[in-house]
Amino acid sequence: MKKLHKVLSLGMIALLSATMAVGCGAQKSATSSSSGSGEIKIGGNLELTGGTAMFGQAAQNAINLAFEQINAKGGVLGGKKLVLIAADNKSDAGESTSAVTKLVAQDKVVAVIGSMTSSVTLAAVPVVTDNKIPMISPSGTNAKVTMDPASGVRPYVFRACFIDPFQGQVGANFALNTLKAKTAAVLIDQKSDYSKGLADAFVTNFTKGNGQVVGTEQYVAGSDKDFRSILTRIKAKNPDMVWLPGYYQEVGLIVKQARELGMKMPFMGGDGWDDPQLFNIGGAEALNNTFYCDHVATDDPGMATFVKDYKAKFNSEPNAMAALGYDAANLIAKAIEDGKSAEPEKIRAALEGMKGFKGVGGEITIDPKTHNPEKSAVIKENKNGKPTFLTRVAPK
Amino acid sequence: MDSISTQIFQQIINGLSLGSIYALIALGYTMVYGIIKLINFAHGDVMMVGAYSGWFAVTVLHLPFLPALLFSMISCALLGVLIERIAYKPLRNASRIAALITAIGVSLFLEYGGMIVVTAQVRTYPPVFPDTRYILGGVYFKYGDIVMLLTAVVLMALLHFTVQYTKVGKAMRAVSYDKDAALLMGINTNNIISFTFAIGSALAAAAGVLMGVYFNTIDPLMGIIPGLKAFVAAVLGGIGIIPGAMVGGLMLGLVESIVSGLGASTWRDAVAFLILILVLIIKPSGLFGKNVREKV
Repeated sequence: MKKLHKVLSLGMIALLSATMAVGCGAQKSATSSSSGSGEIKIGGNLELTGGTAMFGQAAQNAINLAFEQINAKGGVLGGKKLVLIAADNKSDAGESTSAVTKLVAQDKVVAVIGSMTSSVTLAAVPVVTDNKIPMISPSGTNAKVTMDPASGVRPYVFRACFIDPFQGQVGANFALNTLKAKTAAVLIDQKSDYSKGLADAFVTNFTKGNGQVVGTEQYVAGSDKDFRSILTRIKAKNPDMVWLPGYYQEVGLIVKQARELGMKMPFMGGDGWDDPQLFNIGGAEALNNTFYCDHVATDDPGMATFVKDYKAKFNSEPNAMAALGYDAANLIAKAIEDGKSAEPEKIRAALEGMKGFKGVGGEITIDPKTHNPEKSAVIKENKNGKPTFLTRVAPK
Repeated sequence: MDSISTQIFQQIINGLSLGSIYALIALGYTMVYGIIKLINFAHGDVMMVGAYSGWFAVTVLHLPFLPALLFSMISCALLGVLIERIAYKPLRNASRIAALITAIGVSLFLEYGGMIVVTAQVRTYPPVFPDTRYILGGVYFKYGDIVMLLTAVVLMALLHFTVQYTKVGKAMRAVSYDKDAALLMGINTNNIISFTFAIGSALAAAAGVLMGVYFNTIDPLMGIIPGLKAFVAAVLGGIGIIPGAMVGGLMLGLVESIVSGLGASTWRDAVAFLILILVLIIKPSGLFGKNVREKV
């Protein structure tokens, strides 16, 4: 029954794509005829329309840019050109399954880039696993994307971004080495897994580096607006810095109220801080001397060439999704070169053994046990109402 | 001053300033209950609408603070009358529980209707109060704290005066004692009840604007938790008794602040509602309430 269903759906997809092939046959004829010799097809299962279309479109631009640059330099494997075959998953998990089936079954891609969000990526996982095609998600941060909670690492799934708790580690290193903090207090949003994960990772790494956590306080995001009681407690313990993994709305209020209580120490958090509203809520002055981890910063000098090239081609500023998409595309190219083959199984093995890949979003070494990249994060400092690139922090 | 006593004083200040917000919301709650014996669960949400209309007046119409406050109070007074006429008046002779359920319905309508109209996105108030800070012996407080406390005290006094010493107030009390008898005495009960709702909603609007200015952020669900806390404050002080709302609000703020200050911030709300339950068991009519004997 299940098999019949599969055959039927594959048949439907074939039929649909046949009509599509007729539609754009003239444009594609050159690529499909020479695919055996000179071209390597990479699929893009991307959010080109729908709720997160901004992410998918930025990544599509960046992947095209990356492939164009590689091809201009002579391609991979001594002259083969990389081609992106993009399929729109409409920001929808169900559509993601059919988009990736089309890429794998009909376009015969050797690897897939996508998707940008965790749930849409997860919907494509069974298809690439059954067909043994490696897939790399540029920006799916949920731990489950590469790890099956029951059976461990998903062999064909990789990602180009760090996962949430990693920011706690980066934050602890930054607090110890750059802020020279010996004591810290932690403020946790008790209803958010994101916040708890970042807090746990921070505490583990901060104490490992001989730092001392002198106070832990909890709040409830959404319902609490007055944080002065817990802040007064933290103030009495006088920590060198405060680790505040939360979202911009509470972060703004907390930092504002802390400054009103005369607390001058640095505050620091993760990518949940990244929103321009932060400064409207907290006030530019209160947010001075605060820092947060993020995936990329467009004013990072390491990104300058990419930003320039992207702007020249698309006439717009690249965002974090573009940078991560660009890295994912280059990771695949590097894996093809490293494995000296465009066979999906060889690409998979090369991705698993990837070490010291230099991407615009930081150096990437893939952990074979989890398929999560060990990569540097960016630290931004809030200066007079603007987040500015401060430094890159290595994972170790 | 040593650090422990500084910390204690700071927590007391924190509690008073939080408590004055609860008191401000509780005033309208308790007055409406006192006159028509309806727990207006939509009160917190009217406060939310007040916060948004104040925000609209300040950012779109570019009004200064006081006119914006008035604008918001007037528009919410109209909204309050409208709600009363549409939702509560047809149920005036129905059971109390029917009116209560309708109030919850109105509350949900305002919350999620608001979400459609203004979207769930958080909005920020422009800085309306000066950012002045005061430090007294290591204890910090700011301009906004004083405004909140003073506004709460002044509004409480005004309200108490209106209800106790004016003609309208006398009519309100008459309606509260016996609606039918008041009608026979020539009091237009419909108008008096509308007036009660207008004042209650205007008070909610004032609380909403002040809260928006104080915390800087407003969103369509901002009324839920403060509304509940204000209800607790009103019950604590004796629901229907105006000075009771003030004392109840300040007490609740202090309790929350002290519980957090002792390091049990996760227990804060649990303790607040535990106090409500204890008060209801020991003194059901609240701290300021008189024991009224039920006629059988």
